[in-house]
Amino acid sequence: MAERNPPQSVTLNVNGTSETLEVDTRVTLLDALRDHLNLTGTKKGCDHGQCGACTVMVNGRRINSCLTLAVMHEGDEITTIEGIGTPEAPSDMQRAFVTCDGFQCGYCTPGQVMSGTAVLEEFRQGWPSHVSKDLTGNADFNDEELAERMSGNLCRCSAYPGIRQAITSVATKTKEAAE
Amino acid sequence: MRPFDYHRATDLDDASGHLNASTQIIAGGTNLLDLMKLQVMTPQQLVDINRIDGLDRIEPEGEGLRIGALVPNSDLAGDERIRRNYPVLSRALLAGASGQLRNKATTGGNLLQRTRCPYFYETAMPCNKRDPGTGCAARGGATRMNAVLGVSEHCIAAHPSDMAVGMRVLGAEVEIRRADGSHTRKTLDELYSLPGERPDIETTLSPDDIITAVILPAPVAPSVQSYRKVRDRASYAFALVSVAAVVQVEGGKITRADLAFGGIASRPWRDPAVEAMLVGETPSIDLFRAAGKRLVAAAETQPGNAFKLPMVRRTLAGVLAEATGLSEPTTGTDNVGEIA
Repeated sequence: MAERNPPQSVTLNVNGTSETLEVDTRVTLLDALRDHLNLTGTKKGCDHGQCGACTVMVNGRRINSCLTLAVMHEGDEITTIEGIGTPEAPSDMQRAFVTCDGFQCGYCTPGQVMSGTAVLEEFRQGWPSHVSKDLTGNADFNDEELAERMSGNLCRCSAYPGIRQAITSVATKTKEAAE
Repeated sequence: MRPFDYHRATDLDDASGHLNASTQIIAGGTNLLDLMKLQVMTPQQLVDINRIDGLDRIEPEGEGLRIGALVPNSDLAGDERIRRNYPVLSRALLAGASGQLRNKATTGGNLLQRTRCPYFYETAMPCNKRDPGTGCAARGGATRMNAVLGVSEHCIAAHPSDMAVGMRVLGAEVEIRRADGSHTRKTLDELYSLPGERPDIETTLSPDDIITAVILPAPVAPSVQSYRKVRDRASYAFALVSVAAVVQVEGGKITRADLAFGGIASRPWRDPAVEAMLVGETPSIDLFRAAGKRLVAAAETQPGNAFKLPMVRRTLAGVLAEATGLSEPTTGTDNVGEIA
């Protein structure tokens, strides 16, 4: 067997910019973002889909970028934490994490912000969860639902109360704005 | 990861033309890439089927539904028809993995995910499933996540899927496309092999077969459906024990009690003798306990997983009590009304 196979070309649309890369087939989407595009906001935690630090959106949905290959994403729209907001213009979710102390060391935070942002959209679209009492209606936003939906993002500092508070504050604000 | 070639298939013919014993289909990839990173699986080529048209739809099929092999777990769990008429399947899916993984994992891939037996994952240890003939390190090891039913001298790995348990209780069939372009269907018992002498052979699929869909039969309506999963933490953990049930009660008697079990067996488990004990009977806790006893009569336990016997008996009794109205339904038990 060859030591390595020739690189393959793939074009990703990352945070609105088209990027064409030459990558070894083994390069994960996570490594492509971090090592090829220098978008190091997305973090490598476990590299096995267990911690959620690498969460990004692909075509609007959150996934673990460590468990997918860059070459599989030809033409896909990728949104990373850098596409969510900037230090000068943070998103509501990023601002809420700061306000609510939703982190300590900060390593899991980009993944938490990505998941938190996605979870609110999943609520808006009426997705059920394991703890939803009634499958046929839309689930209420509450602590139990939030904890279940965020269970794919671990925080070793255990900043969970602040994380919940941050996401809840954005959910409440969004709901008030809609009313 | 070992080096591999990557091929993005344009259609099913193209995909099956690239399939052989040293290649693997990749769909969601959430389990396959994990195993490739650990070099538990070392395919020489990946055949990406994600861009093949028409495999990502849920469509009516007779009185049932045809679920394309590429339908993500999130979409299947959230589909209005599944939530209303097959809630046990929604519940099973939602009990599995995390939000991120359910967005990526597919229907076909979920069925073919590999065991999470820690000795299968650890390439320094013997494992007849990973490396035939080397022995089973799980025997005499840490067996908390291992099976007690459908095991063999050579392997005690448990099938890890929640979704497959939901599919099993519903009597789903898997649609398979053969290399010659013909299609065939298998029940899950026909799809999954028991470990026996060759635990490395997990299914009756040929290397160039492609799962194209899962077919659900007509909904069982009215019915009470339930999926209950017992695990070491509240979310995002594999089942120690899970019970799926589709139950009908008429005139105070149980008229249907379809049951499937996860976490305890080498494949999604169903036991017709247990179901037969229940049908025609008046619901009672004594009856449910007797059914549970029957279920585990042939179980083979290890010191590390003997706790699963009382656990599955109690879980079954609790699920049946809710499904037959002996106790109040809790989250995970849903009513299916008459189909309009």
